[in-house]
Amino acid sequence: MSAVCLGVPGRIVALTGAPDLRMGTVDFDGVRRPVCLAYTPEAEVGDYVIVHVGFAISQVDEVEAARTLEVLRAIPDALAGELGPEFAQ
Amino acid sequence: MKYLDEYRDPVLARRLLSELRATATRPWAIMEVCGGQTHTLVRQGIDELLPAGIRMIHGPGCPVCVTPLATIDAAVAIAARPDVIFTSYGDMLRVPGTAGDLLGVKARGGDVRVVYTPLDAVRIAREHPDRQVVFFAVGFETTAPANAMAVLHAAATGLRNFSVLVSHVLVPPAITAILDAPDNQVQAFLAAGHVCAVMGWTEYEPIARCYGVPVVVTGFEPLDLLEGIVMAVRQLEAGRAAVENQYARAVRRDGNTAAQQAVRRVFRVSERTWRGIGPIPASGLALTAEFAAFDAEARFPAGGTPAVEHPDCIAGRILRGIAVPTDCPAYGTRCTPLSPLGAPMVSTEGTCAAFHHAGRRKPPVEAR
Ligand code: SF4
Repeated sequence: MSAVCLGVPGRIVALTGAPDLRMGTVDFDGVRRPVCLAYTPEAEVGDYVIVHVGFAISQVDEVEAARTLEVLRAIPDALAGELGPEFAQ
Repeated sequence: MKYLDEYRDPVLARRLLSELRATATRPWAIMEVCGGQTHTLVRQGIDELLPAGIRMIHGPGCPVCVTPLATIDAAVAIAARPDVIFTSYGDMLRVPGTAGDLLGVKARGGDVRVVYTPLDAVRIAREHPDRQVVFFAVGFETTAPANAMAVLHAAATGLRNFSVLVSHVLVPPAITAILDAPDNQVQAFLAAGHVCAVMGWTEYEPIARCYGVPVVVTGFEPLDLLEGIVMAVRQLEAGRAAVENQYARAVRRDGNTAAQQAVRRVFRVSERTWRGIGPIPASGLALTAEFAAFDAEARFPAGGTPAVEHPDCIAGRILRGIAVPTDCPAYGTRCTPLSPLGAPMVSTEGTCAAFHHAGRRKPPVEAR
């Protein structure tokens, strides 16, 4: 997967403050992963972002995040493909 | 109506369908561009619920599927080098090249690693200064900002053992190529929501105007797709052709400008060959002169063995929207997700895999 235009919404739980790259930790339904936040400079801790191949590409609200996750769970391997084997269904 | 009850909001789904029935007075053919959308449509049986005459054509929106065989062959050749750690998204590993796939290289002892972000490839390069690390940079506009940042980051930190095999494709030129084809049947497009989250939709405005086709930026949940179809049919019936945004909760007209700037800095627009479609001018991205040092193809020139597709695979016709997977003689028999003959069966997002997962046995809608 991954290369396609899917994206997984998650909540920013920490900014990890890398000196050269805006990075953060994003919680996807309990599993946390490092995410590059360089393209969502306004997104702060607590905000929801759509993450594609490790990069936040868009900010969304909580309701949208929940709706999108529901759809992704229905697509075989979509979450695992985007985020890693921890998401294997 | 068996599928409808499984919808998150079956009431709204019913309302959209009855509006569609009331609006559509004649047959229309609409293409969804994104492979994720194809998957939702097929899995939820939306294409089979639509009123008679409204036909969905599945578009080329799976970058794994449209990556040309020659590029897969180059990837296989580079990955087989003993000095190389080859990194890629997982679904590229099983895409068949002329003589085998990346998984085969790995089985023979090649160092092929699956990554989930190009930044992982950059990290691997930093951890292995004595090896060459190559990242297979495929994808649409959604993925390009990530790859651009990987290159920018590698450049900024002075990494010399990192390079990218670029096979980026762009959606608007593919749409134009489909519309220009003499056998085109598509009358409206559902544009891919997350591509537009990055790029916005201004690029589609001249296409809608010049070709007279409605374009609706659409998300990929079942209700998004139903609503996108209703919006497209409303325009078609009214004789309008504009860009409308169904996916307003994630997409703004100008898209993500920070991401676009990074892409423009690292990549330039170039001609690209699409598997099954052929070369399309200005439909891909290549590294700019400033970042040419990161080009894996220049670093590891491959021999020019001619690329040969499997003779039974009709992927090209499927990707152009003029055939469905069940038309293919190999579909479901010699070609399955476990032993794919062609790219649309390899990727979960490919039309053949979507049909197979949904248990499709015959064409859902007769061509009309
Ligand atoms: S079913 Fe297999 S062989 Fe047939 S078009 Fe799809 S990928 Fe190619």
